[in-house]
Amino acid sequence: MKPYKNISKIALVASLAAGLSLPVLSAETIKVGVLHSLSGTMAISETTLKDTILMLVEDQNEKGGVLGKQLEAVVVDPASNWPLFAEKARGLIEKDEVDVIFGSWTSVSRKSVLPVIEELDSVFFYPVQYEGEESSKNVFYTGAAPNQQAIPAVDYLMNDIGVERWVLAGTDYVYPRTTNKILKAYLKAKGVADSDIMVNYTPFGHSDWQTIVSDIKSFGSEGKSTAVVSTINGDANIPFYKELGNQNISASDIPVVAFSVGEEELSGLDTGPLVGHLAAWNYFMSVDAEENDEFIDKWVSFIGDEDRVTNDPMEAHYIGFNMWVKAVEKAGTTDSSAVQDAIIGVTTPNLSGGVSAMMPNHHITKPVLIGEIQSDGQFDIVWSTSGLIAGDAWSDFLPGSKDLISDWRNPLRCGNYNVKTAKCSGQNY
Amino acid sequence: MKYLTCILITISGLLFSLQSNADLASFDNTLDQLTTKKLSTKLEIIEQIINSQHPRTEFILNSILDGKVYYLKSNKNVLFANKEKNKYVTKSLLNDSPLGVYSKRKLKKVGINNKIRKKIEQALAVLYLYHADESVRLKAVKDKYDYVTQELFDVIGLLIKTEKSEDVRDAMKIAINIYLLEDSNPVKRINAIENLKDSLEPTVKTRLKKLINNDSDERVKLKASQALVEIQSRTDIFKTLEVIFFGASFGSVLILAAIGLAITFGVMGVINMAHGELIMLGAYTTYVVQLIMPSYIDISILVAIPAAFIVSGLVGILIQQGVIRHLHGRPLETLLATFGVSLVLQQTVRSIFTPLNRAVESPEWMSGALEINGILSLTWNRLYIILFCLVVFAALVLVLKKTSLGLQVRAVSQDRDMARAMGVRSNWVDIMTFGLGSGVAGIAGVALSQLTNVGPNLGQSYIIDSFMVVVFGGVGNLWGTLISGFGLGIINKFIEPWAGAVLAKVLILIFIILFIQKRPRGLFPQKGRSAGG
Repeated sequence: MKPYKNISKIALVASLAAGLSLPVLSAETIKVGVLHSLSGTMAISETTLKDTILMLVEDQNEKGGVLGKQLEAVVVDPASNWPLFAEKARGLIEKDEVDVIFGSWTSVSRKSVLPVIEELDSVFFYPVQYEGEESSKNVFYTGAAPNQQAIPAVDYLMNDIGVERWVLAGTDYVYPRTTNKILKAYLKAKGVADSDIMVNYTPFGHSDWQTIVSDIKSFGSEGKSTAVVSTINGDANIPFYKELGNQNISASDIPVVAFSVGEEELSGLDTGPLVGHLAAWNYFMSVDAEENDEFIDKWVSFIGDEDRVTNDPMEAHYIGFNMWVKAVEKAGTTDSSAVQDAIIGVTTPNLSGGVSAMMPNHHITKPVLIGEIQSDGQFDIVWSTSGLIAGDAWSDFLPGSKDLISDWRNPLRCGNYNVKTAKCSGQNY
Repeated sequence: MKYLTCILITISGLLFSLQSNADLASFDNTLDQLTTKKLSTKLEIIEQIINSQHPRTEFILNSILDGKVYYLKSNKNVLFANKEKNKYVTKSLLNDSPLGVYSKRKLKKVGINNKIRKKIEQALAVLYLYHADESVRLKAVKDKYDYVTQELFDVIGLLIKTEKSEDVRDAMKIAINIYLLEDSNPVKRINAIENLKDSLEPTVKTRLKKLINNDSDERVKLKASQALVEIQSRTDIFKTLEVIFFGASFGSVLILAAIGLAITFGVMGVINMAHGELIMLGAYTTYVVQLIMPSYIDISILVAIPAAFIVSGLVGILIQQGVIRHLHGRPLETLLATFGVSLVLQQTVRSIFTPLNRAVESPEWMSGALEINGILSLTWNRLYIILFCLVVFAALVLVLKKTSLGLQVRAVSQDRDMARAMGVRSNWVDIMTFGLGSGVAGIAGVALSQLTNVGPNLGQSYIIDSFMVVVFGGVGNLWGTLISGFGLGIINKFIEPWAGAVLAKVLILIFIILFIQKRPRGLFPQKGRSAGG
């Protein structure tokens, strides 16, 4: 068995190194950077992802590490402060000399680290669903692109539930705005009239939902089946659902399908008024699969809490981490450009029983699942795509991006190649 | 709808004795099929259960709705399970006989989707038409407005004769008339419109619109549009009332958050950036109180009010004694220092309670809404908070106007040196005032825990609004705070529908900036010598 061989090798190296100086010892580990906020607004979501990476690192080390070396996680706290993300990323790469970084949640934090990662040519894994319209040489997007979450969810509502009127409600920042732009274009292409679409934006952390819920109620009482597509982010969701419950709007009247509400968000919440509302993700904790049961067992024992839940971005990190390990083993080195080349086409099992692959546009293939919230804070899967969907970096429904493709293989090597003008315009963010 | 008659019979208990053992066995089989993963099959099985004349139908359907029906992964037996301390205690769905205790991983829930949920709710609504409780009957009738069929029409026609409650009878009349809107006889249709023209139910509105667009008879169309105009004008009145209610409730939240600040900032002149965190501590106190007394959720919130007052008040006094006292007369340093304190408090809470939001359950008496009519319904939690806000305000005014502490506070705030010369212990008064203001912030936290997330960032989102209300109302004037809070709340809610929540906030801020330019001392400036200082 290979792992045992590796362990003995490491033991040998370690004992040798112990006799020498400390720097040599640290040179024998591969460093993995973790760039998730542990304080501030985003700590609520990102702390879990830091723990996920720590668990995966520990697990990999038990299997003998990578390339015969142990992994060492370097954790920093960018404190939900977007410019600090860039600073901390630079520190990780230049000072701590990490070979890969797993991090970020919000799009704005990703946009903040992007120039640094590209300048220093590192490898960065981003685990959260996002608005697309980006493909960097150095970033691997393991969360869902809009065509892996928003569009299938709308299809489900339209075809299976028969929804005719749409409320697109979101928090006022880049992800909801772009997603709603795509969805509006998509709905119109499907023949939905302008008067049947209501778009609404609210500030971060909005807590007074009375007027908006009342508007949704009257918008939905026109006799046509109505649904809310929610890109409301983070904390604002809880008062929103509470208000829906208080104004007696149940999921069978006006279902809400959310793209940012997962098991983790529901765990701090009285789920009574939410039962039956929907969420679209690529993974739910309730997925029936061997890998998932194993992952949950590992997670629960790592964190030491029977009641801790797993969620979609955790799965994204699981996939991303394993892909990186495979790519490093394939390349035989942690050198970033070698890893960037090697990782395209790498496949690893995801947690829903399938096998995900890294596409040439640095997005991955994933199934799309729709779940209904249950009283225990879990989701029951009511619909799923028949196969895996490949992430599309550039939406086909936006005029600015429908001619763009991304392919980081030879000979194209371009993140935004325009098929009409046959030009690569370079990254623009 | 065949099952309706069946259920009728079930209710009256006629068939109980006729059920053979063979039927029971097959019913058991039907139940076990609930383990299927295909939701369309599940729907069929639910229909079979509804159509069965089994006496346990209501119990089974309710248990499925509540998510308490599970099956054993090992042998796929369907059973009822209730979570008790991380373990699931199970019993038979058919006869309540206990079936053992299992861990979470051994069981799998019989999940349902909205389609099935709706089907079950519809079936139960028919059962509930006979319920002993008046409010349950009323809800059952209202749930049926959109789904009145010939059979249901007949049943309601029978029931209305024996119905004792007037509310339920009115609702039944509406249901009957909604059905009659589609009668083949135009005279009956016109009659139905006449009977419905006082109703504000959304269903009536959509049905009338349908008539206006599709009806073959011109007289019916005319009558329908007349009725609709009438309904519309009444709807508009109630919509305006609703907006005012929304504004008042939003305003009362602002007042609650700001009123503690009105004391510390307004009366003492201390800029306390940690005020929001004192609110947050109050919310966390509510959470802790609820943890301590989990079986008394309904009264835990009442216990939390004094507890939060004490906790936040003590922390406030600590801040005052430890930091603010040493920075007397240096507002800029006070601002920075208290901002630092606010960060310390946030991170402390994050370390103790984790960064995740904590769930504070709402007591039964605070959830749901008071339904005035089909358009206007006032949510209970908001109603209580408006009331609570007024009570807190009245209590504070009384303390400041009628007690000796209040007299001393006012004396110190107007002229510290003179007050001291008259024998007022100004240091002690500072402590009490700050404690009072902070304690009130804690009480605000109890109220906010019912509306929003209890998390480390709770305070941050209210600090700006609090300062806004106090400055707009006039520093040092409690009545100014009250009026500016309600005023800003209502203006905000009138702007929001056409400008959106983001722009409404911006417009309010611009308005206040302009207002402060004109009247730098706010709505109700403090008069007298202290105003200059």
